[in-house]
Amino acid sequence: MHNKTLSEISSGLKNGDFSSQEITRHFLDRINRLDPELNSFITVTEDQALAQAIQADKMIAAGEQQALLGVPFAHKDIFCTEDILTTSGSKMLANFVSPYDSTVAANLKLAGAVTLGKTNMDEFAMGSSNETSYFGAVKNPWDTNRVPGGSSGGSAAAVAARLTPAATATDTGGSIRQPASLCGVTGLKPTYGRVSRWGMIAFASSLDQAGPITQTAEDAALMLNAMAGFDPKDSTSVDQPVPDYRANLNDSLDGLKIGLPKEFFASGLDPKLEKTIQQAISEYERLGAIIKEVSLPNSALSVPVYYVIAPAECSTNLSRFDGVRYGYRCADPVDLEDMYTRTRTEGFGDEVKRRILIGTYVLSSGFYDAYYLKAQQARRLIKQDFVNAFKEVDLLMGPTSPSPAFKLGEKTADPLTMYLEDIYTIGTNLAGLPGISIPAGQLDGLPVGLQIIGNYFDESKLLNAAHQYQQVTDWHKTTPID
Amino acid sequence: MSIDSKEIEKVAVLSRLKFDQKQLNEVTERLTSVLDFIDQLHQADTQGIQPMAHPMDAVQRLRADKVTETNQRDKYQKVAPSTENGLYLVPKVIE
Repeated sequence: MHNKTLSEISSGLKNGDFSSQEITRHFLDRINRLDPELNSFITVTEDQALAQAIQADKMIAAGEQQALLGVPFAHKDIFCTEDILTTSGSKMLANFVSPYDSTVAANLKLAGAVTLGKTNMDEFAMGSSNETSYFGAVKNPWDTNRVPGGSSGGSAAAVAARLTPAATATDTGGSIRQPASLCGVTGLKPTYGRVSRWGMIAFASSLDQAGPITQTAEDAALMLNAMAGFDPKDSTSVDQPVPDYRANLNDSLDGLKIGLPKEFFASGLDPKLEKTIQQAISEYERLGAIIKEVSLPNSALSVPVYYVIAPAECSTNLSRFDGVRYGYRCADPVDLEDMYTRTRTEGFGDEVKRRILIGTYVLSSGFYDAYYLKAQQARRLIKQDFVNAFKEVDLLMGPTSPSPAFKLGEKTADPLTMYLEDIYTIGTNLAGLPGISIPAGQLDGLPVGLQIIGNYFDESKLLNAAHQYQQVTDWHKTTPID
Repeated sequence: MSIDSKEIEKVAVLSRLKFDQKQLNEVTERLTSVLDFIDQLHQADTQGIQPMAHPMDAVQRLRADKVTETNQRDKYQKVAPSTENGLYLVPKVIE
């Protein structure tokens, strides 16, 4: 039952093959049984989930037709969910029961989906291994000595272990695609502005974007249909109609032009992993696509640019955590200054503090032009590279991450090695483009992800390409545990 | 670009964070390596390039100045560390 895709569960419910209560209980049982080892959930909302399922069963019986009616899923703990603990993986919010729903949570409620719980994540989404979570690291279900990737490590691990058929996630520099790659699942980061950021705890506002983690591209389309849309409450939300993302899944790839950025196949990429990616690309050739080399000449700048812009925005966003209106407050403050400083010193973890310091430094007087403004200029060069590439090709392809899942603790000592995990994913965020990672092979028993990058608002083409690959391969069906 | 622990201390004060001497040394070492890395940025020729703040160069959307939300103060203050009569309580600011 747990290997069913979201689409299969949805039609099973409509056909009366099983009830929402049955399927919800099935996943809750799996979470209770398997998650103590994986730690992919921070909160399991068993009672609310069963109540939602009972309600959904009544609505199904009454002939209601919402797209995800009665279908269980999980939320990354970065999305505010009314009356449910919302921690963002931090001690700072370890007691925060959100008084309201994020737009993403409200949209999925409206579509009839049943919330199983909230998934673990790097603290405030800052990390690529899920090891910065205040609630402990998540284990990769393929090898519990390894990381699931991050920051949406809980969502990716939970879908891979079939503890939920789908989960929401967010991607600021690769946080949907990299964990999807390391856990062998499908992860879609939509175009910046496609999904509302309202009620999604902010990390770097000009980069953050929400998307789904699922087993298949078809399921990602189903989730995106429910998640996407203009939201007046998000000032950067883009007012464009939402197409049915399933409509083009079965289009032929004959004549599709795929570009391989040569910088994505340069030094730093595991040669065995490169071979796996080349095999996946050969599959696309067999499907009729035309492959050609392209260049993104400024891509070496993307990680340095990101580590100016993202910390700058994070230091600004996280200034709201002052112990006054919500979250943690230190004990017995002697004065206001002491309250701010001790609340933040005790409430934030090491990586979050590092990024706040970097951000404050690059924004401080005397350094603003040399770092922040310079990074924003270089950001435009990076974007222009992609714009030029898309004049020649329809999609770009390459690896999602430079190597498969690494060992827990392997990269925590040196922040730079961790930052380079996102070398192939960060450019997409800086440019604001959509990207997807799909399972495309294995290396020594560990999943390898193929990254596909599309032009602005071309999620349909991305999903079409991913879906066609999944029609002729089985990598998305392989599971780490029964 | 190297940064010494004095500068880090200054930035820490601006960030409302506190580090003891041992942490400060460690943070200084780590931030120095990150800033050295970020310095690659200065190899980029950005002469005459317009800084980019938004992927689609969108500007702030305006809305009519109309009340759209109801007052939910009690609900929102329930999650505050300390409140009284609808006010947020903080340590005494004025003697």
